[in-house]
Amino acid sequence: MADEVTFFIDGRPCTAAAGDNLVEAAADNGVYIPTLCHYKGHKPLGTCRVCMVRVDGREAAACTFGVRDGMRVDVDAPELADARKALIELLFVERNHFCPACEKSGRCDLQAVAYHMHLTVPRFPYRYVPFTVENFAGKLLIDHNRCILCGRCEEFVRRGDSKVFAMKQRSSEARITVDLALLAEMSANEIAHAVHVCPVGAILAPGQGFDTPIGRRKYDTHRIGEITDGRD
Amino acid sequence: MDGTEAPHKKPILATVSLAGCFGCHMSLLDADERILDVLAAFELHRSPLTDIKRFAKRCDVGLIEGGCCNDENVHVLREFRENCDVLVAVGACAINGGLPALRNEIGLEACLTEAYLEMPTGAGAEGIIPADADIPKLLDRVYPCHEVVKIDYFLPGCPPPADAFWALLTALAAGRAPDLPTELIHYD
Ligand code: SF4
Repeated sequence: MADEVTFFIDGRPCTAAAGDNLVEAAADNGVYIPTLCHYKGHKPLGTCRVCMVRVDGREAAACTFGVRDGMRVDVDAPELADARKALIELLFVERNHFCPACEKSGRCDLQAVAYHMHLTVPRFPYRYVPFTVENFAGKLLIDHNRCILCGRCEEFVRRGDSKVFAMKQRSSEARITVDLALLAEMSANEIAHAVHVCPVGAILAPGQGFDTPIGRRKYDTHRIGEITDGRD
Repeated sequence: MDGTEAPHKKPILATVSLAGCFGCHMSLLDADERILDVLAAFELHRSPLTDIKRFAKRCDVGLIEGGCCNDENVHVLREFRENCDVLVAVGACAINGGLPALRNEIGLEACLTEAYLEMPTGAGAEGIIPADADIPKLLDRVYPCHEVVKIDYFLPGCPPPADAFWALLTALAAGRAPDLPTELIHYD
């Protein structure tokens, strides 16, 4: 077991094992740092930047830091909360997020983090840029309207060592795509795992939906910060 | 202030449904018997609930359901802005266009062609795109209300639950800025 160290969140002493992921160490000490791309227990991706905090005076994505002895972390400062909120607002206007029509509503991390931040309207204009919905051999749907390009599917959905998903193109052209040969071999459980890994409603299994009524889903009954692993 | 306070006047409420489905209004009515408290706290003026169609007096609060999909919506929304001190965009459609805004990605021409000329249900019929001068003209896309006029507060939800309306209206009746608790912020 690594040495236990003391670090500080907003001036309050906290303890963790040296090197622990800062987002997880904060949660263990009762402080919720919002994140979309972080998948508990896995290597950090650092793609969404929503976990932005100040570490020893510098802005940083918390998920990319390991805890060090004496580390000083600011989470609550209004300008940091506002920067994190602005990142969430950008995601809402970048592509097309129509929550009432989304099967992931009520179990979507993007939505739940926005609730946590009391977001009622983005400060940026909606873009309404068209995106496609792809049906891969009737086994998997990718709705590009909702993808936030976090890269979780790419990193955490595998068959053996092979990645099933990949990102093609860059910037505003970036799209997630799937390896059809690997997809053909995937079981229903593996597909369910892919749906689960996606923090939004971009990856869905065709023909399934609304098993749990809206209003009784996990983020309808619990706030995201209370569900400690951020997943169901 | 000269010390002679004006007698306490009931705030006046106006409501409207633009490019919405009236679901938000139904949700407001879903307050059950608290609707009596709403009526005790507010005088209801221009609203589908009173069937008053023109502003005859200045209103304190205007609730806007739905975004703007045609020129009449824009006209009515501007009228609300001119006649209400505080405007609240109520529901997903007022805030981001909602389901009507799904057409924003398609384009107006393609949309009208699909609906009136190449509709799958009208096989054999001669299609015609309605263009009577009395019919409101569709806008190029559906606009959220705050892209057309200044909106003071936003009440998300599809529809916002009755409790959210209640929290909003009790705050406004008391002259407070509404600050919804997290449990009442929902987008679905
Ligand atoms: S499909 Fe889902 S998991 Fe994959 S990059 Fe997009 S949002 Fe992330």
